[in-house]
Amino acid sequence: MSEAGVPGPVVAEEEVTSPGGGRRMVLNMGPQHPSTHGVLRLLIELDGETVVKCDLDIGYLHTGIEKEFEAKTYQQAVTLTDRVDYLAPLSNNLGYCLAVEKLLGMEIPPQAQWMRVMLTELTRLNSHLVWLGTHALDIGAMSVFLYCFREREDILRIFEMFSGQRMMTSYFRIGGLALEPPRGWHQRVKKFIDVFPSRVDEYENLLTNNRIWIGRTRGTGVISLEDMLDLGVTGPMLRAAGLKVDARKDAPYSSYEKFNFVVPTRTENDVYARYQVRVEEMRQSARMVQQALEGMPTGPWKADDPHVVLPDREKMKTQMEALIYHFKIVTEGFRVPEGEVYQVIESPRGELGYYAVSDGTTQPYRVHMRTPSFGNLQATSKMVEGTLIADVIASIGSMDFVLGDTDR
Amino acid sequence: MLPDNLREHAVAAAIEAFDANALTGGKYDREELTLEVAPGRIVSVCGFLKHDQRFVRLSSVTAVDRYPAEPRFEVVYHLHSIERNERVRLKCRLRGADPVIESVTPVWRSANWYEREVFDLFGIRFLNHPDLRRIMLPDSWEGHPLRKDYPVTGSRV
Repeated sequence: MSEAGVPGPVVAEEEVTSPGGGRRMVLNMGPQHPSTHGVLRLLIELDGETVVKCDLDIGYLHTGIEKEFEAKTYQQAVTLTDRVDYLAPLSNNLGYCLAVEKLLGMEIPPQAQWMRVMLTELTRLNSHLVWLGTHALDIGAMSVFLYCFREREDILRIFEMFSGQRMMTSYFRIGGLALEPPRGWHQRVKKFIDVFPSRVDEYENLLTNNRIWIGRTRGTGVISLEDMLDLGVTGPMLRAAGLKVDARKDAPYSSYEKFNFVVPTRTENDVYARYQVRVEEMRQSARMVQQALEGMPTGPWKADDPHVVLPDREKMKTQMEALIYHFKIVTEGFRVPEGEVYQVIESPRGELGYYAVSDGTTQPYRVHMRTPSFGNLQATSKMVEGTLIADVIASIGSMDFVLGDTDR
Repeated sequence: MLPDNLREHAVAAAIEAFDANALTGGKYDREELTLEVAPGRIVSVCGFLKHDQRFVRLSSVTAVDRYPAEPRFEVVYHLHSIERNERVRLKCRLRGADPVIESVTPVWRSANWYEREVFDLFGIRFLNHPDLRRIMLPDSWEGHPLRKDYPVTGSRV
């Protein structure tokens, strides 16, 4: 089978005899399974309904993006970052841009920084909405999905307004933003964010005191904090276990230190607690968007660095140097000083780290993405072993992974 | 030996005190600390950092191919201490012919998949790894795509 490119032996629903004499079944879940949200393959060894062993097989969505980075100029590579975590494209844009800007030692004007925070928080809402909708759908609450996607549609329309794209926005560029914020963006975002908290109330109405929801989620998917830290879990899962760790507070970037928000935590450390943490995060993100609307600084939306940032259209038509810079940046890119950085941001899923190495040329020498889904998924086996097969869906749903983010 | 300008960093000084031969260099650049560790000492240094210096998290393990320079490979570890709110980067240089290094999975279990990824895409072997096989690519794949001498485009004839 290995010649056909199928990793490992195919053991779909074949029965094996365990040393104890009892009959065990190996169940092949995925790679095409509705509740894995992508192409994840789980090999689950069952004793009755109890999971004895769970092996993960990833890599079905490996696209070699890290190799692709090395063949693009720094600016071109922004478009690759969207495609890593396709539910949080702007978080990835931000992580990559911040890493390269750190290599360049570049200052970003306040308006661009605030705009980045606002849009990244909208991305967090977008990602959490998809998570909540699909997670509830897996557990059997179908209507929540429709409610969540109603608001997600509004967010995608806002992204479209800014960048012309609903998902693969690439709106952040090295040095600031890709385009001037569109006319009327303020009213549009305000209209959305004014009603959004009441929409979160609607989701909570459907779920928080729902007996079936509580029955399926409370006490499910428990894994000790020590195990999570040791296995590389980050983000809302750690916060649902009571550890207050959030890169936006611990190592603020893009002027997050100017925003007033709370990092929600719970201590129950089960699927329900993760739900509560993410719902509260949605409320906090909405607060931040509200603050960004009220306090948005005025001024330029891209850095004043003609070697790196494309000149204004108007200048190109009137100034010789601007035209030359434009030609140079578009044809060969810009040089980035030698060095290496590891830029960490808090993506909706956890710690997103961009390790960028420059050799002084116009193309990245190496870009490594430390993606939260990859780290979180490693804890799956530990989390589901010893639980019931029906809880596997709830447990892996609570991790909120994206397979594009895992396999890159 | 630890460069003199790094002695003010508590982590670097602590490693130097723990094992005088462990560090072979390092730098402090763009507010990030990089320490070069002798490949043979990586497990003991990581164990020391985790248990004595509170670096409870291994953020990532990756590699950089410096082809055609020698030593060709850099294995890069990013460590994170939540308690100290501090990050440190460890780096081991390996020669291009048969690159091999001790696995840090006994220190952090999370190293399992990271090292498998480095093995898969760079062809660096990790000794004492519990499950060293390809993770992203099919088992039948030839070559290691993130090596610099692996072509970006083209097809086999």
